Amino acid sequence: MNDLSFLKPASRQIDFDNFDDRLLLYVLQYEPSFFTCISCGGCTATCSAGNLTNFNVRKIGLWLRRGETEKLSEEIQKCMFCGKCTLVCPRDINIRNVILLIKKRIAMLKNENTPA
Amino acid sequence: MNNKHVAVIGGGIAGMEAASVLARQGLKVTLIEKQANTGGKLNDWDHLFPDFSSPDELVSSLATKTKDSGVNTVYNTEISRIERAGKRFELRANQDVRFYADAVLVASGFNVFDATIKEEYGYGLFGNVITSVDFEKRMKKHGQLRTIQGTAPKRVAIIHCVGSRDAKVGNTYCSKVCCITGIKQAIEISEMLPDCEVFCFYMDLRLYGSTFDSLYLQAQKRHKIQFIRGRLSEAAERADKSIQIKAEDTLQGRPLRMTVDMVILLVGMEPGASTSQLIQKNQMTVDENGFLKSTNMHCARNQSTQEGIFMAGTAICPMAVNETIENARSAATEIIHFFENHRP
Amino acid sequence: MEPKTKIRWSEYNKKIADDKFFYLRSCIRQNFNPGAEKVFLSILQNNLRKEVYDDPHHTTCSGIGYHSDIVPFETFQTMVARQFSLMTERGYKNCAVSCITSFGGYNEVLSTWKEFPEELEKTRENLLKATGRTFEIPENLSHACDIIYHFRKEIAAQARYRLINKETGEPLKIVDHIGCHYAKIFPEKGVGGSEYSRVLTGMIEAWGGEAVDYPERRHCCGFGFRHYLIKNNRSYSISNSRKKFESMQPYHPDMILTNCPGCNMFLDRWQYALAQIEGKVYGGKNGIPVLSHEELAGLVLGYDPWKDIGLQMHQIDVEPFLNKIGVEYHPKQKFTGVKGQYINEPAFTGCLARKD
Repeated sequence: MNDLSFLKPASRQIDFDNFDDRLLLYVLQYEPSFFTCISCGGCTATCSAGNLTNFNVRKIGLWLRRGETEKLSEEIQKCMFCGKCTLVCPRDINIRNVILLIKKRIAMLKNENTPA
Repeated sequence: MNNKHVAVIGGGIAGMEAASVLARQGLKVTLIEKQANTGGKLNDWDHLFPDFSSPDELVSSLATKTKDSGVNTVYNTEISRIERAGKRFELRANQDVRFYADAVLVASGFNVFDATIKEEYGYGLFGNVITSVDFEKRMKKHGQLRTIQGTAPKRVAIIHCVGSRDAKVGNTYCSKVCCITGIKQAIEISEMLPDCEVFCFYMDLRLYGSTFDSLYLQAQKRHKIQFIRGRLSEAAERADKSIQIKAEDTLQGRPLRMTVDMVILLVGMEPGASTSQLIQKNQMTVDENGFLKSTNMHCARNQSTQEGIFMAGTAICPMAVNETIENARSAATEIIHFFENHRP
Repeated sequence: MEPKTKIRWSEYNKKIADDKFFYLRSCIRQNFNPGAEKVFLSILQNNLRKEVYDDPHHTTCSGIGYHSDIVPFETFQTMVARQFSLMTERGYKNCAVSCITSFGGYNEVLSTWKEFPEELEKTRENLLKATGRTFEIPENLSHACDIIYHFRKEIAAQARYRLINKETGEPLKIVDHIGCHYAKIFPEKGVGGSEYSRVLTGMIEAWGGEAVDYPERRHCCGFGFRHYLIKNNRSYSISNSRKKFESMQPYHPDMILTNCPGCNMFLDRWQYALAQIEGKVYGGKNGIPVLSHEELAGLVLGYDPWKDIGLQMHQIDVEPFLNKIGVEYHPKQKFTGVKGQYINEPAFTGCLARKD
């Protein structure tokens, strides 16, 4: 029925019961300190890329926790790996490594999904 | 001063500590407890924060101290009224029992918030919604946490600020001890059931103690406990008795839904039920939260607004076990000064 | 400090009048499910022997226009005042309101007049100028579902059928959906407040069924006002309905009971739309039947599902539900009018009967 095609049922709700943990588990395996993030935003304040673009390191962490793989693969490209975020983190998280791990894992997932 | 008599109302840890200190100073002390044994609410508690020690040792050492110092402990006696009788006080109890004392120490403690009032959280309706007090009782009795179906939970949500900082239930104050209790219980669950995911839903984490933040860090790092900043809007039971909860993930700015096997409500402290009776017929008053009011917040915390009546422990405001003991000692000191300054 | 509210809503009861009602109809109900209002009047008059007056002069309350920002509040108040003036003229003091939107609107207006007496004076003036009418404020304003709830035991005593599966003897599983404007705006105007509404579950249990609590029970059906009036917003509406169906599906409900005409229509029609878009049916072969409180009361009292209650107006077929209870009906008379004439029928009913 073509006349119903304008209807797009969807939800903005975070559904914790169907949560894509492929990125998060990988990051936690190699950088367990990530779990202690308290979203203080110190990283975002000092971020070189964030001062030039709308890149937000704190949000990278939040999206990682909620399995937003799609959003992350786009956003992560903006990081310049200067490491200033890691210098200011009060929880002593190696944020630079977190971002590197996300990038690695996304590349792995892409390879897995590409038929040989 | 040695012939003076002090009546201490309440045989919890505050009353026991203050009574033993006073008795060791040579005062005659009667400790009046409404139940058949002393120790109060700590008798139901399994482990204390932040060191996971057992409260049983504390309660039994206080009982020994009380006995050895010569305190006269009266059980099964509930004081319903304190009235001034000349220079002394008359205390009335059930079955027409009366006590006379030169000074009174009210250490009547607190009430646990009745979580059934927060109806949207389903306590009392859904078997898998319990309170932090139930958790301690179950752990003490059975040494394990099980759902109502008898299974080990795979996912538990701990809800902060239930009955605290909530104008809807009339309590706008912070109960102070719940945040750290939640972290303690989360760690206990995680140690007991390593496969169980534990989530804490908080508004602010109020970790006031010097060692509490390291426990928070440990909870995150070692136990992978997840802290979600957002207040629960409702809990609902699903067909399989699991609980669906809703909150806003405020850092993401999006609503969140999650199914958990158990919900633990961190219930706050409320003014003791006996407080409203005790303040009748004398000039004791309560503060804006309904706890007993001090004459001065800073330098006379244990002095009630009625001269000669003192207070100790959680009858004044929510406080932790270690603070309660310190507060009881400070109350004892105030009473001793009172007698020294009022020599006949 | 006195606690602000320590009311236990689960134990809360509201005042519902016993007799002498002035009936206020619903635009949606009388257009989409006209039999529901007809059977409500018949139940009150013939089964319960109550006095109820159905005034042909009354109009829309204009609530839909009001909630869509088309009708200003001042106009809305005057419209409501006119309904009250008809009630006053006929000598009634108790309103029986068919529509949840109207019910919420009337309560909003009454509350406004209480809080701001100058608004009441202004409305009296406006009504007088426009129509020459005056009015009294009703003593009691109850929704039609309140009245059915109030007399649920009397209805149970006269019932011809019980909400029991006649094959298995098991109570039928019924989920309820309460219209948002019933008690979410003024919790004290609802039986059990907004969180613990018993107004529909009370009927289900009194008539032998099992009321099933499901996680999204308090969620909006998706009707909204702006949300469906503007085509671009309708995805929002259907997303809410889907959330509800997803939540109730694991309980395999035999029926959805509603008190709001809008919810009734949307929970009925959106099931069809979702089946067409996503290919998913949430219950039975062809959807979960959706009935209102009057329709269900009519059924248990033995009214004819087609001629008296007009259940052929529902998209989702009600026959599976009727069969479970054992209601006697003539399948062929579904599209037969009161005089026995063929009234035409839709291209198809249910969710998936035809896909093109």
